[in-house]
Amino acid sequence: MTREELPNLAESKLTALVVDDNFVNQSIHQKLLARLGIQNDVVCNGKEAVDAHCSGRNYDLILMDMDMPIMNGIQATKRLREMGIESKIAGVTTRANEGEKKEFMEAGLNDFQEKPLTISKLLSILHKLDFYVQT
Amino acid sequence: MQRQVALIKQSLFDQGYLDEQFMELEELQDDANPNFVEEVSALYFKDSARLINNIDQALERGSFDFNRLDNYMHQFKGSSTSIGASKVKTECTKFREYCRAGNAEGCLRTFHQLKKEHSTLRKKLEHYFQLARQAGPKETARRPK
Repeated sequence: MTREELPNLAESKLTALVVDDNFVNQSIHQKLLARLGIQNDVVCNGKEAVDAHCSGRNYDLILMDMDMPIMNGIQATKRLREMGIESKIAGVTTRANEGEKKEFMEAGLNDFQEKPLTISKLLSILHKLDFYVQT
Repeated sequence: MQRQVALIKQSLFDQGYLDEQFMELEELQDDANPNFVEEVSALYFKDSARLINNIDQALERGSFDFNRLDNYMHQFKGSSTSIGASKVKTECTKFREYCRAGNAEGCLRTFHQLKKEHSTLRKKLEHYFQLARQAGPKETARRPK
């Protein structure tokens, strides 16, 4: 997909939260979201993601890494679902064996993508979670 | 000069230093962030230097905590994958295999090679970005043939 063909979702006013302890991935994921016109915030681990929601913040989409210090992605996803957070949560991780993927999905994910995240993979997440309809 | 920049980039792909992911990052550059890839690369080399230092210290202690080493290398591999640092990623994978096998000598040997690849990539990318800045912006990002 060329730069000119990328959808601009700014009008839909979608918001997203990047949850990842790696600064390189944070930067890339934020840029991917911004390229599609999605406003976004970033936190460094699952606990910060939970705290953000406890403080009243809410997001349409959460991109959740699995391996993080303090609170990992599986724990954070479970906690958010226990809190009643209904945001779409997409797991984004390098760990992709079936067992790990299953455990992560069962924590409450809506979708799962293997890193590295690309525009195509992000569009796939958005399409699957009904944020974006391909024309 | 644009041609020289393109040739240098092509060689980085041809020699296996970079993979497709690097092109994905270049596609994200726009007028708001014309140096996005250089900025992300700088982040990567800063973060990976920290990880190299941690692993060096862990190895120097002599007692091999393979779980801890594997965790460090998991992070290193993740970052390397995200910027398309192909050869570095390969060495990370090998190191992790040696960790799982409890092979200390293999870890040491692979880590030595990893540091070489990392240092080489750093120099080559610094040179590439320097020339790219001098050459000025190009109209579109092109995938190497």
